[in-house]
Amino acid sequence: MRYSAWQILKEGLTGNKGWKPVWREPEPKAEYDIVIIGGGGHGLSTAYYLAKEFGVTNVAVVEKGWLGSGNIGRNTTIIRSNYLLEGNQPFYEHSLKLWEGLEQDFNYNAMVSQRGILNLIHSDPQRDAFARRANAMRLSGADAELLDREGIAKMCPFLDFDNARFPIQGALWQPRGGTVRHDAVAWGYARGADERGVDILQNCEVTGIDIEGGRAVGVQTSRGSIRAKKIAMCVAGSSSRVAAMAGMRLPIESHVLQAFVSEGLKPVIPGVITFGAGHFYVSQSDKGGLVFGGDIDGYNTYAQRGNLPVVEDVCEGGMAIMPMIGRARLLRMWGGIMDMSMDGSPFITKTDTPGLYFNGGWCYGGFKATPASGFCYAHLLAKDEPHEVATAFRLDRFMRGAPIDEKGQGAQPNLH
Amino acid sequence: MLINHPLLGPRDAAEFVVKGDAALIGRPDGMTASPQEMHDYAYLRDNPAGTHRELWYHEQGDRSWLVVTRDTLTHEVLDVALARDVARAEGRSR
Amino acid sequence: MRLSGGLIDRGQTLKFRWNDTWLKGHAGDTLASALVANDVKLVGRSFKYHRPRGIFSAGAEEPNALVQLRKGAAQEPNTRATVAELYEGLTATSQNHRGSLAWDLMSANDLLSPFLSAGFYYKTFMWPRAFWEKIYEPVIRASAGLGSLSGKADPDLYDHGYLHCDLLVIGAGPAGLTAARTAAQSGLRVIIADEDFLPGGRLNSETYEVDGQDGPGWAAATASELQGMDNVRLMTRTTVYGSFDSGVYGALERMTDHLADSGSKPRQVLWRIYAKRALLAAGATERSIAFGNNDRPGLMLSGAVRTYANRFAASPGQRVAVFTNNDDGWRTAQDLTAKGVTIAALIDTRADAPDSDDFRVYKGRAVADTKGRRGLKSITLENGTQVECDALAIAGGWSPNVHLTCHHRGRPVWREDIAAFVPGTDLPPGMSVAGAANGAMTLAAALKSGHEAARTIASDLGHAARGTLPQASDEQFAITPFWHVKSSKARAWVDLQNDVTTKDIKQSHTEGFRAVEHLKRYTTLGMATDQGKTSNVLGLAIMAEASGKSIPETGTTIFRPPYTPVPIGALAGRARGKDFRPFRLTPSHKWAKENGADFVETGMWLRAQWFKRPGEKGWRDSVDREVEMTRSGVGICDVTTLGKIDIQGRDAAEFLNRIYANPFAKVPVGKVRYGLMLREDGVCYDDGTTARLSENHFVMTTTTANAVTVFRNMEFARQCLWPDLDVHLISTTDGWAQFAVAGPKSRALLQKVVDIDLSNEAFPFMACGECKAFGTPARLFRISFSGELAYEIAVPARYGDSMIRALMQAGEEFDAVPYGTEALGVMRIEKGHAAGNELTGQTTAHQLGMGKMVSLKKDAIGTVLSQRPEMIRDDDLRLVGFKPVDKGAKLDAGAHFLTKGDPEDMAHDQGWMTSVAYSPELGHSIGLGYLKRGADRMGEVVRAYDPVRGKDTAVEVCSAHHIDPEGERQRG
Repeated sequence: MRYSAWQILKEGLTGNKGWKPVWREPEPKAEYDIVIIGGGGHGLSTAYYLAKEFGVTNVAVVEKGWLGSGNIGRNTTIIRSNYLLEGNQPFYEHSLKLWEGLEQDFNYNAMVSQRGILNLIHSDPQRDAFARRANAMRLSGADAELLDREGIAKMCPFLDFDNARFPIQGALWQPRGGTVRHDAVAWGYARGADERGVDILQNCEVTGIDIEGGRAVGVQTSRGSIRAKKIAMCVAGSSSRVAAMAGMRLPIESHVLQAFVSEGLKPVIPGVITFGAGHFYVSQSDKGGLVFGGDIDGYNTYAQRGNLPVVEDVCEGGMAIMPMIGRARLLRMWGGIMDMSMDGSPFITKTDTPGLYFNGGWCYGGFKATPASGFCYAHLLAKDEPHEVATAFRLDRFMRGAPIDEKGQGAQPNLH
Repeated sequence: MLINHPLLGPRDAAEFVVKGDAALIGRPDGMTASPQEMHDYAYLRDNPAGTHRELWYHEQGDRSWLVVTRDTLTHEVLDVALARDVARAEGRSR
Repeated sequence: MRLSGGLIDRGQTLKFRWNDTWLKGHAGDTLASALVANDVKLVGRSFKYHRPRGIFSAGAEEPNALVQLRKGAAQEPNTRATVAELYEGLTATSQNHRGSLAWDLMSANDLLSPFLSAGFYYKTFMWPRAFWEKIYEPVIRASAGLGSLSGKADPDLYDHGYLHCDLLVIGAGPAGLTAARTAAQSGLRVIIADEDFLPGGRLNSETYEVDGQDGPGWAAATASELQGMDNVRLMTRTTVYGSFDSGVYGALERMTDHLADSGSKPRQVLWRIYAKRALLAAGATERSIAFGNNDRPGLMLSGAVRTYANRFAASPGQRVAVFTNNDDGWRTAQDLTAKGVTIAALIDTRADAPDSDDFRVYKGRAVADTKGRRGLKSITLENGTQVECDALAIAGGWSPNVHLTCHHRGRPVWREDIAAFVPGTDLPPGMSVAGAANGAMTLAAALKSGHEAARTIASDLGHAARGTLPQASDEQFAITPFWHVKSSKARAWVDLQNDVTTKDIKQSHTEGFRAVEHLKRYTTLGMATDQGKTSNVLGLAIMAEASGKSIPETGTTIFRPPYTPVPIGALAGRARGKDFRPFRLTPSHKWAKENGADFVETGMWLRAQWFKRPGEKGWRDSVDREVEMTRSGVGICDVTTLGKIDIQGRDAAEFLNRIYANPFAKVPVGKVRYGLMLREDGVCYDDGTTARLSENHFVMTTTTANAVTVFRNMEFARQCLWPDLDVHLISTTDGWAQFAVAGPKSRALLQKVVDIDLSNEAFPFMACGECKAFGTPARLFRISFSGELAYEIAVPARYGDSMIRALMQAGEEFDAVPYGTEALGVMRIEKGHAAGNELTGQTTAHQLGMGKMVSLKKDAIGTVLSQRPEMIRDDDLRLVGFKPVDKGAKLDAGAHFLTKGDPEDMAHDQGWMTSVAYSPELGHSIGLGYLKRGADRMGEVVRAYDPVRGKDTAVEVCSAHHIDPEGERQRG
């Protein structure tokens, strides 16, 4: 069913009785060309692009819960391509371009809202670093500007310019950054993949990966065993657990990133604002809630919840930079489990086991990567060659001595 | 979260800095280790869902490194020991 | 309508302003109860359809009556009128409407509702593409949201506090009060907290008796008894909003929200409570029944009607109808009758309901529709019977307040007999549950469960359980689940605030959004400010019906913290403005302030960046002068912020040899050596100098930025990697004040100060030693960051202020000048020393041109991995110097290098400029930067490409050592 204003009108006039299921609820087949483990944003977009761009439709996405139940459903919805390093920047810019055409591409309104992202600057060294970054973005064809205090004040008069502990000196501004309605991304990709014949198997937990003669040949699931020519892990947050089924140890730790939303408020914050010096970032959703967050809690966890010190730390950052939000109330807090990699950058890669592929290590930056991650993973799965913007995301980069370390923190995942 | 410090009693986790897997105590000898061994030590982690031995540093306290055994699914702290004692017990010496 | 009785203080009349009208209430009223007493029916508009709405509940679960409280900077959006205490002069306005509340222009949305069903926005607004960004989305955004922020800084103060107890009792209703008393009598340290300003919970809303006293009287007496006990802290106006790890609970105490003006007191205090055990006695929340137009002003939860009647002496109507599926609705009818309010009818869905002499009862019937746009006028039953009434009390059953039991992701379980979810077995450790929160739905059962839970906890904690069980008559509680009236043609609301109707839930099912989380996210059920307290179970039941499954098969939704929303200001506490983070001040701060210093934040530190003198027009004037006077005479700079680590022990040298990448085992006593530190991954991490004061005593300096982490990592190495080395570390960053004294006249100056021979022979470059300065024990290091003949002198920090004053005085004859971080930066760039801009945590020793320093003959942190192939490539980046071809051009850090003639893209990127400065000595701008194969490109002209600042400057590659490349000055 094609979605459009006409369809809404027609259904509205006939009692909204003609809507059809957005996806099927199929039974698993005995064998597929490709089994994607993980029905989150990246898994679903991989399936979508495999079917749409590479004509591979004999594909199953196996998901242990409901589709979109991973970090696609629990992030802070920011999209941007303000990366510094050569291995990252072109990939995220590719992703941003895919976001820009996404609604037309999959005929689903995921509310891509490019209201811009502002990274505040508080010191000369920070300005130097952001200038370097902005120029790297320009060199990759992305948009980037440096703003002075006046330029920021025009956009965000409510920031604390006068009494701040770390006075605002300027900002890096990417106008094409913004936010997206996160759940709709999963649903749109799922619908598009399902329409093209991909089987999305919900409540289907992978319990084992079958390796025969050194080659991955299938998965054991709570709904029976499924054979596959290729098996694609795509379970950021649980990567280590799933990879362990294939005997792999990964350069990844699992950490919780908390996120917060306030009660609904009339529009007050123009785009995304990040206050790196205070570990705080915020945007306002289409429904009016302030969506904000900060640092990860810092300890290994799979518990999908955090603790008070970080809650308070994030709110301190918020109050320090925009003291008008004091009387807004925090409505909900939640945690998502991050694949924190050893250099803060992801993997879209083959593994040492033929037939087994790995996508993960997205740290807290996976949402914005959803389209390009799926696109590039689909490319790798279909052609067995990495996509040109994702060549650096290999597991062997640490052995070669080529980490992609945006923050310069080294093999200390909780600092990325 | 509270960490029951072996010398100081229960302390709020916010006083600590976490380094991660306590396997980092087992650093290979750089004169004999192969690059692969050193790579595995520096970069690869078991990252289990369940019991995890990990290094916590009492930065806002007595500067002890501790080995905290903790369940990563429930955050329950199962055991706390001085990392120095653990390291010695694991045979680290000159 | 005001009734007789109640727990309000009629002696105190309070005036308050609702929109444009002044009204009166009494002390003890909430804003909602005062509005009910004044017959105000319409109080707000719903989120999506802008439907007229009235007060629906009497507590924190309120979905409708959200108002803006106060004015100006103190304006507070989305405040529930049901929990806002009335005070003299209170000002409240309705929100989420255009035009007046009564004539909201946005209510046109209601007419369009057929086209605004669940998820409609995902299916449209896509064509034409450009319209989304420019038209559709701005319109959607403008209509989103509820109340407004003022845009001004929050004027109030917030505090944080910490409390410890044996038992935290959450809720001071009958179960909580009993539990707290029993526990306290058994000797436990007890904290009991309740969100209400009046302890008692439902006792204050009902007409029960406990131990022969009326309910409110017993609650007051018990609360007063608890208040009198040394081991009890009774906290009213305190919401325990979250359960965290290890028995940590978050609580918010509202200190001044019930006052017109907080004065200088904190508005709220955020408590972190460390509790050995917690008892959740948070009661239950009533839920609605879905039927046609069940959202009009005048429709109210049945228990709330009793609260208004019994506690606040107010009735939402003169003719009240009751719609119930359980015994609870009957109490409302009976209590209202006793208060003289007419009961228009009682409609009970149960065919076997009893009869009444006092009012008309419709058994086995249901309400199908209602009339009255801005206030209820009548209800229509399924059989077409119309009943005139101006209020309808709805009793759909009670849902235990299990919220805190879910905060560790515990899952509630369904209990068929009470048609409700009760806490499961996976509670947060140390928590137990009593009273209605645990499904004990009658008063006697609640008292008993509170008492027994407290006794169990007391014995668990090693106390002999004491206390007596209060006695109450056990009333009836029976319910036959009834969720929605299927025959209703009109829309039937489930989530009032977010405008989710039964049709939306059915459509969600049809479209495949059947998992509970899909239902929530697709329809927005339960996502509003009330977190679905009155609607979640109802929505689940309707989904269960649509899928032909039972409720437990369909699932449950768990609750996340906070229980009720918490102001961001309270979570932040005092950490805002200048107090956001502490300041660290250098020992010479006071002196610097007196001498015209301009300060800059470097991490937590405030450092002097330059010292302005009269007549200097801009900072460059000051900095150029400081550099020139230092290079020609002598300058003094406070370098205390550099990290300082004292290292002692028989194995100190061996330890350092394993910490630094370059050899350190054989540093002679009395010498300083430059050290390069790698991380284990072989990347350069920090650098600095380490002095050997004696055989077993070293003093290390680190960069300011890494002082804390270097010390941490060294402790890791000491305690975890090499525990048998005899070495001890102390961070002495704050212990010693340290000053750089630099310039050709520094020796002459310092010779006046210290008691040792400073001749080049006696104290050569890189010498160190202990001495006395003005008679004070001091340490002297002959090291140079500026490239001049230079020293650093350290004295115990308490002498820092005296030292700078004495040094400046001694330096008068040499025209000594203080210099700040800017001049320091200029001189280090002139000398080509790497600093923070170069040591980014991404650079290798090879890139810094220090590859050969890394000793492969020993095992130091990072050595092995520093030799990985990609990290020692010949064509890698290399730190070099740059100077503009046009000497008048100003360079900028952050520019990227491009080979002349190459296209401007990432594939041709050659590196970037890390640091720039104007060199007064050279008379032009200079730079440092990383350039691919930089060492081989001396003399080449490349582009410093800086599109973000619209610049493109031709620069010549040169040595990073812009001045005195042979280092003669520092050795002189």
